[in-house]
Amino acid sequence: MNPMNIESISNSFINLHSYICLEFKHSGKIEEIPYRNELILIDSPIKGEHKDYQKNITKHSTYNLISGILFGLGLVAFIDEMVFHQLLSWHHFYDQSTTKIGLLSDGLFHAFSWFATVASLFMVADLRRRNSWWKKRWIGGVLLGIGLFNLYDGLIQHKVFKLHQIRYGVDLLPYDLVWNITAALITIIGIIIIRKTSHSQSK
Amino acid sequence: MPAHQHLDINSVSFILAIPFFLLIILYGIAVIKSNQSYRQWPWYYTACWISGNVLCLLAVAGPLAEASHQFFSVHMVAHLLLGMIGPLFMVLAKPVTLLLRSLPIKTARKVTTTLKKRPFHLLLNPLFTTVLNIGGLWLLYRTELFTLMHHSMLLYIVIHAHIFLAGYFFTASIIYIDKLHQGYSFQFRAIILILALAGHQILAKSFYGYPPSSVEKMEAEKGSMIMYYGGDVVDLVIIIIFCYQWFKVTKPKRYQPHSV
Repeated sequence: MNPMNIESISNSFINLHSYICLEFKHSGKIEEIPYRNELILIDSPIKGEHKDYQKNITKHSTYNLISGILFGLGLVAFIDEMVFHQLLSWHHFYDQSTTKIGLLSDGLFHAFSWFATVASLFMVADLRRRNSWWKKRWIGGVLLGIGLFNLYDGLIQHKVFKLHQIRYGVDLLPYDLVWNITAALITIIGIIIIRKTSHSQSK
Repeated sequence: MPAHQHLDINSVSFILAIPFFLLIILYGIAVIKSNQSYRQWPWYYTACWISGNVLCLLAVAGPLAEASHQFFSVHMVAHLLLGMIGPLFMVLAKPVTLLLRSLPIKTARKVTTTLKKRPFHLLLNPLFTTVLNIGGLWLLYRTELFTLMHHSMLLYIVIHAHIFLAGYFFTASIIYIDKLHQGYSFQFRAIILILALAGHQILAKSFYGYPPSSVEKMEAEKGSMIMYYGGDVVDLVIIIIFCYQWFKVTKPKRYQPHSV
């Protein structure tokens, strides 16, 4: 569009606006007249945020990522508890070979993931009200969180700390392989999505 | 647990139950006083207060309390009621706000300044209340204290009062329902809340493998799971309230419609 044209339109609009404000002031309906410049500075009804969605998600890209990772950690801990502990009864609440550091690690991770599930969803709500939720990057974070937690669970908690095994009374090797390879694959897919979304950010 | 009891259950229950009855009555009087000079005190606060006190009463007197002397698993249910669920309901009832509203303005001001002084201020520090709460639990179950408790009336009363008070002040120092002071940051309280939950769950799970003194293995296993999953549920409620408060405080401002 012709820049001259825009200027004349906006000028006439400002004039009209000032006139209306003046009228209101005389009639005592409003006390303060907003500054003329404010009209041009404002581009979003939310203070501190852009009107442009693209600019917003760039600004909040780390926030989106962290929220996703936290949700991934929380989600997988919840699935682990529901599916493997309660429904399948493969995992045991406690195993005689559990080391003390295993109990410590389990307690800390459990508490953290419990908090993370709720906190990350409130973060999504916050991002949405700021018009800044970047779904793709967020899902990348979720996958990374799921993968990393399962790798930690499968390699460190099950094997090193001997918290409990995946299943009892069976040959463990195939279970351990499937568990950890799946976790590694999910982690890689998560990293790819995150890298892709970081790339489009610089464009 | 020993079958023969060295303490008189009825008198212990009686002594522990009196304060909760008194608290219900005092709250009722305060509501009437407050309604005389301010807007109607919402009924759901009163409902929260009564439910919280009744839940605590269930834990200290009546059939549940009697069975808790015999079975560790029932003891754990009572522990959840007295130390977590009851206090949570009571915190939600805004007792301090009601107290200040029911007093004359001068006295209310004095109370506020006293509450800001050292010993009281310490009770609003989440780190201190966590040590009081979780530290107290470790002390109770990981030393001989738990066995001694069932033989001494004084010890039994002191420990139960401690479980309730520590639970109340811990909850009040994490979620601010009564707005008394500037408060600690959300980050700090979040870290403390996670550590407190972890401390609780580690202790709970450890009962499965290492029962407290004089507790049978089967009972310890049941109690362990009740404490673990029960603690999870109550803490989930606390976490949701905590996050919701964060969500409200960080709400971004909007430009006034007339200036757009």
